[in-house]
Amino acid sequence: MAAGSTYTPIATTTVGSAVSSITFSSLGSYTDIVIVCNGTGGISSNDSSILLQFNADTGSNYSTTYLLGDGSAAASGRIGPSTAVYSMRVNGTTNSTGIAHVQNYSNSTTYKTVISRGNTPQYAIALVGLWRSTAAITSIKLLEQNGGNFQTGFTATLYGIAAA
Amino acid sequence: MANTFELIASSTVGSGGASTVSFTSISSSYTDLCLKMSMANNTASWVDWYIQFNSSTSSYTDKLVYTGNGSSASSTSDSGIQPRTPLSTQAWMNAEIYIPNYAGSTNKSVSLDQGWSRNASGNGSTFTGLLAGLWSNTAAITSIQIVPTSGNIVQYSTAYLYGVKNA
Repeated sequence: MAAGSTYTPIATTTVGSAVSSITFSSLGSYTDIVIVCNGTGGISSNDSSILLQFNADTGSNYSTTYLLGDGSAAASGRIGPSTAVYSMRVNGTTNSTGIAHVQNYSNSTTYKTVISRGNTPQYAIALVGLWRSTAAITSIKLLEQNGGNFQTGFTATLYGIAAA
Repeated sequence: MANTFELIASSTVGSGGASTVSFTSISSSYTDLCLKMSMANNTASWVDWYIQFNSSTSSYTDKLVYTGNGSSASSTSDSGIQPRTPLSTQAWMNAEIYIPNYAGSTNKSVSLDQGWSRNASGNGSTFTGLLAGLWSNTAAITSIQIVPTSGNIVQYSTAYLYGVKNA
């Protein structure tokens, strides 16, 4: 992508002291959203998922399919219906990276799809999530699978991708 | 707000081939880096493509989950951040590597997606892999090296390095 094109930073949250969730509520006017996370979090030295909820919907309106590898075996599974999309992953002690793409987030006619990657010392994982709602996404909440915290220094950045 | 995802540098391998491709003197003025590479090798065997930072050859690990047979997936781990290609004279390896917080003082966690497909003489088979990489070093990344385990990187291989700046 050449300079001058899109991939516009919308907002960044850097955790100053541990928090259980991060919410982006001003998404701007783009076609797609990309979320990039980096840092540590969770309730132990193990991995946990970073969950996404849209428009503060806590109903069982989400589902996820994943493929992961732990260095010795691969596994795939489905989660849902659930109260959030299972998206990126984070580790309690070692820096981890997650990237999530939310396609066509502001349309009001289709269900919303999220394609995510998680990268931790324990797993490489790819996930596809679905929010069964046709509402335009106006807010995104990140929280941890096991109720843990995002730890100091954890960063989450929201980028906007505009179509041609 | 300003656009980001800016091209920092690119490299196209010339007619003589190259043993490595490097990006040096990487500015710290971005938040993240994204490296996109499309490369082949003149070795007729499996080649691992080591992604190294600051010319360091230690403290790397990765987890790779991959599939290439159309029916099942497998996983492996390595002591390097190393996408791979088979019979490299038959396959071009394409990969995208995202490196958040590359200038920070924490260990560097990277996300890498790779794929290759063999040419006609290599039966046209394909492969896709997802790799979680970690460089357990707190130094800011100022250079990146792409180093195949054997052979030379062939002509027309390309690598593009982008800088991504957060809000």
